[in-house]
Amino acid sequence: MDSEDDVVARLLRLPDLLERAPALQERGRFLSVDWLVGVPGRPFRVRIEQGRIVRMDEAPKVMANWRFAYRARPEAWMEFWQPMPKAGWHDLLALTKRGAATLEGDLHPFIANLQYFKDLLALPREVRA
Amino acid sequence: MSTTVPAPIEPMIGRYVTFPIEGRPHRVYFEEAGAGIPLVCLHTAGSDGRQWRHLMTDPEITQHFRVIAFDLPFHGKSNPPEDWDGTEYRLTTAAYTATIRAFCGALRLEKPVVMGCSIGGRIVLNLAIDHAAEFSALIGLEAADFQQPWYDTEWLNRPDVHGGEACAALVSGLMSPDLPPARRMETLWHYKQSGPGVFKGDLYFYRVDGDLRGRTAAIDTKVCPLYLLTGEYDYSCSPDDTLRTARSISGAQVTVMERLGHFPMSENPEQFRRYIAPVLDDVRRRASQP
Repeated sequence: MDSEDDVVARLLRLPDLLERAPALQERGRFLSVDWLVGVPGRPFRVRIEQGRIVRMDEAPKVMANWRFAYRARPEAWMEFWQPMPKAGWHDLLALTKRGAATLEGDLHPFIANLQYFKDLLALPREVRA
Repeated sequence: MSTTVPAPIEPMIGRYVTFPIEGRPHRVYFEEAGAGIPLVCLHTAGSDGRQWRHLMTDPEITQHFRVIAFDLPFHGKSNPPEDWDGTEYRLTTAAYTATIRAFCGALRLEKPVVMGCSIGGRIVLNLAIDHAAEFSALIGLEAADFQQPWYDTEWLNRPDVHGGEACAALVSGLMSPDLPPARRMETLWHYKQSGPGVFKGDLYFYRVDGDLRGRTAAIDTKVCPLYLLTGEYDYSCSPDDTLRTARSISGAQVTVMERLGHFPMSENPEQFRRYIAPVLDDVRRRASQP
């Protein structure tokens, strides 16, 4: 499995991981949004309703409708998900600052629920041994 | 009568002092502990002096230093000035510098050491440029002459975004991933408690008014020694930012701190102690020289 496939496999675990994180769901209870997440050229569209992921599928190639998109290079995701990530690879906005990720679109739902998204996308991080 | 062991009471004492800043009276809250060389500690943007509480309860430090932390006006328990009309708060280089000098004057501190973090680290550089002779040492944590912005501060104070939550979430990534969870939550709690627009107003100084690029070469560390310490996980003021700044200052002593980020004194006090204790020992050694 190359790193892009590995990233995709981990991202596709998000709905299940979130189901096992009731406190995070609770924090997102005021959030309902369609957004994109993934690697450049292979994003997934995620539908969140009241803090829960109710749908996640490959983003349509045409007429895709979403509020914001967070896309990072495969190596950025893999560094971000290390049990103890290296400095500069340890936070979603550290990745955008260094140019390893892009954040585009209407950022309001992202900023208004920033800790929710940070914690959600960190769920695939390996537990430290 | 209770026979239980008395609850521990921490040594710091909090008081208020009223003094003019740029001609306007301000009632400022400060805490202090210890005796000896005055060590004035400056909190980060959008937070308050509670960040320094671990230093104030460290007997090995307070036996040599009078550790003092004040809340900037609008922060913590320091109110806005009495004549504030609700205008959006904005910190400027001039006001910040005047506040520190006025506070030290109000407490009649004799050549204090000033240690500041983040915006406090930036203003320490300005003190070193313009007022070095007033201080016996200057310590900048997470300090640089300038940092590249990494988000739009307009998000920080608007009715459709919870300012406290957004400010805390933004800075949450500036800490080391392996810090003690309680310290992380406490550091973020200070941000959640900040008044509306205060973090944003501090960042006006940090991003717009306080650009010191091209000025730091004027710092003379023979007049006042300068120490710069930056945490490796701080991507706002990165180690590269501090190292770049230090290259322009002859005699500046630089340390990159491992497993620490933008809030070393509050995010992981034990780890921070490994780095700051030798610096304070050096300050003390210099102070004892004739």
